[in-house]
Amino acid sequence: MADHDHDHSHDHGSELSETQLRVRALETILTEKGYIDPAALDAIVDAYETKIGPRNGAMVVAKAWTNPAFKQALLKDATAAVSTLGHVSRVGDHLVAVENTPQRHNMIVCTLCSCYPWEVLGLPPVWYKSAPYRSRAVKDPRGVLGDFGVKLPKETEIRVWDSTAETRFIVLPMRPAGTEGWSEERLADLVTRDSMIGTGLALNPAELAK
Amino acid sequence: MAQPTVPVPGVPCDAEGPVFREPWEAQAFAMALALHERGLFTWPEWAATLGEEIKRAQAAGDPDTGETYYRHWLNALERLVARKGVADAGTLARYRDAWDHAADRTPHGAPIELKPEDFRS
Repeated sequence: MADHDHDHSHDHGSELSETQLRVRALETILTEKGYIDPAALDAIVDAYETKIGPRNGAMVVAKAWTNPAFKQALLKDATAAVSTLGHVSRVGDHLVAVENTPQRHNMIVCTLCSCYPWEVLGLPPVWYKSAPYRSRAVKDPRGVLGDFGVKLPKETEIRVWDSTAETRFIVLPMRPAGTEGWSEERLADLVTRDSMIGTGLALNPAELAK
Repeated sequence: MAQPTVPVPGVPCDAEGPVFREPWEAQAFAMALALHERGLFTWPEWAATLGEEIKRAQAAGDPDTGETYYRHWLNALERLVARKGVADAGTLARYRDAWDHAADRTPHGAPIELKPEDFRS
């Protein structure tokens, strides 16, 4: 690191970290060459910070719980079914919905990097991108579920889906008991991000009330 | 209404909070999306490059807990931009130095802007 015993004047100028310098350099070059438009970048960031998040996925799940035709369409071709709801699919890839049942629990991971269904879940949580999750989810899914506080019956098969750049997955969790007659809006409150990754279950009404 | 996951050893957990910790992470993320949309690279190319960067960082001792993820992301971006002939390492370094110079001459608190004189020929 640089010495701090000289040239230490506070009114001398601004500082950018090494990473900030590299990001600015890249952005300037790409803008100058016409590859990107700074306003479009801001729009992307704004969308991911405020509009695109797990709530989009939760609405998809709630709709599938209440509308059998939509559920069927979702399981058949999630890309098409989700696009009917008006979510912007920026990644333009193949989305697959996998349904949890009493017999089978699904979990998603990306062992290579961290491919993730951005358009329905927003950006991935830090742990999804971590090496421990990426490696353990495949080798010991039941152990990972235990870490997340999820205990499944021994008979329930656990299937782990490894996402790729082309195919990404979203878990359709089981609808909790005691939610008969609930509106989609209300049901969506039960659908956590983790329940759509498969490291959690949908909340039950009592948990929601907490 | 989010239920935070129980913190456990091994897999780091977080609440369902904001996903960009610093503005540069958001900028780097958005640049990759914009470049993909413009057709500079395909998602398989992107995933392969990012995967390589993550492996390389792990080999160099990065704990790879997800916190450094956007650093790998930026490395992948720079590599792809160079490989596609948009800007080589030398160009990236020249612009990086120019921004450093711009920051240096900008009074604290004022917006930092790049000017032609920031490039030392």
